[in-house]
Amino acid sequence: MGTHSMKFFRTTILALSIMGVAACSSTGDEEMAAPVEADTSGIDATTAAAQRAEAERLAREREAQQRMEAAALNTTVFYFDFDVSEFMASDRDVLAIHGRNLAANSSRRIRLEGHADERGTREYNLALGERRANSIRDYLVVNGASLSQIETVSYGEERPANTGQSESSYRLNRRVEIK
Amino acid sequence: MRKMRHIFWLTLILTNMVTAAELNIEITQGVDNPIPIAVVPFSWEGTSALSEDVAAVVSADLQQVGEFRALPPGNMLSMPDEAAEVFFRDWRILAQDYLLVGKITHSPGSQLVQVQYEFFDVAREQKLIGEVLTGSVDQLRDIAHEISNVVFEQVTGIRGAFSTEILYVSAQFISPELTYFRIEKSDYDGRRSQVLVESQEPLMSPAWSPDGRQIAYLSFETNLPRIYIQEIATGERRQITDFPGINSSPVWSPDGTKLAMVLSKDGSPDVYVMDLMTNQLTRLTDHPRAETEPSWTADSRSVLFTSDRTGQPQIYQVGITGGFPERLTFDCFYCSKGRFLPDGKNLVHVRRDTRQDNSYSIAIFNIETQRVITLTDTSLDESPSVAPNGSMIMFATKVNGRGILDAVSIDGRVKFRLPSAQGDVREPSWSPFLN
Repeated sequence: MGTHSMKFFRTTILALSIMGVAACSSTGDEEMAAPVEADTSGIDATTAAAQRAEAERLAREREAQQRMEAAALNTTVFYFDFDVSEFMASDRDVLAIHGRNLAANSSRRIRLEGHADERGTREYNLALGERRANSIRDYLVVNGASLSQIETVSYGEERPANTGQSESSYRLNRRVEIK
Repeated sequence: MRKMRHIFWLTLILTNMVTAAELNIEITQGVDNPIPIAVVPFSWEGTSALSEDVAAVVSADLQQVGEFRALPPGNMLSMPDEAAEVFFRDWRILAQDYLLVGKITHSPGSQLVQVQYEFFDVAREQKLIGEVLTGSVDQLRDIAHEISNVVFEQVTGIRGAFSTEILYVSAQFISPELTYFRIEKSDYDGRRSQVLVESQEPLMSPAWSPDGRQIAYLSFETNLPRIYIQEIATGERRQITDFPGINSSPVWSPDGTKLAMVLSKDGSPDVYVMDLMTNQLTRLTDHPRAETEPSWTADSRSVLFTSDRTGQPQIYQVGITGGFPERLTFDCFYCSKGRFLPDGKNLVHVRRDTRQDNSYSIAIFNIETQRVITLTDTSLDESPSVAPNGSMIMFATKVNGRGILDAVSIDGRVKFRLPSAQGDVREPSWSPFLN
């Protein structure tokens, strides 16, 4: 953990220094002077290139991370297996990102709408929809969201996403939507 | 004055509403040997035609419940309208067991009409009952249903339920963003339907008060499921609950003093009872799984409910003073929405036998003999509601992707169907006796 954050710190400085050089070649900041000198000294050009490549790789990684987070936050419908109220394991990472986003934006409020397919009785399905919404709510809270940011409501089978009678329709209807 | 205006406004809203979903009754299955009955067209002394054919309404009533077969008027050898004109020989030749005749006359000195009817046992050549019913011309349908009640009770010994009504939910899909949800009320046979509530958010679980004057239901109009009570005659309504989470499944106790309901305010859905005089809540179940779908026993002392505390939904019973719930069903993958027939022994419910069979049927489980009779052969059956005389069960199902109302007799021999001319219909609730 310690080494990880150290590395992060170092590469941040490196990236800043490269940008500084590109912008105006001025290095007024003493703290940044050392790596910049190391870069421009020409003693070891291979090292400098490697450091540049590493910085670019990290920047790309960070971009990918941001893209992924944006995609995750755009993913607002989560599907469930028949008669199951726990969300799918494959949705865990996406939901964790939602949770952390709520933690970072304490004024953000969301509504979790739980749904069931039409099989079985309507009032029991209302309970099933709520349980699904709660399963996601609880995981968002584990990931830092506050209970006060989240309203849950169950529509049971009253608001199907698809009105067909096949399993392919039913699986689209067993869902929780973040609104 | 202010109250008057309020009522007038509501009436205006009701009459301006989109017309109710028209239900057209179809008899889908009758008994093998129905009782032959001749209902002779009633004579009418007036000159202008009447809006209802009383004899036709009575014939339809008796045939819909499957026990009777009405003789077509074209096959009749004579058309008596009173006892003096009846020749039993004419009806014995046609192998009729029973005969109903009648006449409609102006009520002297008023705009009302009098309907006189007489009912005969053909084999014994005996008049069983005769009456004169008075009403306005637009009450002829009600008068006909009342005659059906009497005839049915004379022959079967069971009180007729032809004057009862049903509540149901209709959903008219316009676009993915727009569906009209309505709570409608009609005669038991789907006729004379009218809209009581309309919303673009879901409406659920319409229930009758035991006196037939009020309904309770669930509306999502605030974007949260909340319980409302509405006066049928005036349209006046009030919101009953505003608890966090699910507020659902309102059901009046038979004595009219309490409303059972489901609230998830304490973490998961549990059954509560609200005293309608004091608004005091009593919690009947306390379990982290789902407890829902309450229904009362006839004595208003206990409540049936569905719980999935063992993993899958099963039916339980608990006293309203508390205690440990007793589990009633064991031999099914999914047993829910239990309600007793008036005998308190036969439990009507929704049943899926095994995980593999994937079909939800209406069934009756006798809690004394443990015998199960499955009554239906459609696969998405739900929301069973029992006629107040205990003779038939109305329920919702899907046929060709369409939500329809079906009815089946408690012995499974008779079936009729109430498909809607437009949209889906569901969640039928059969009224108590209204007369």
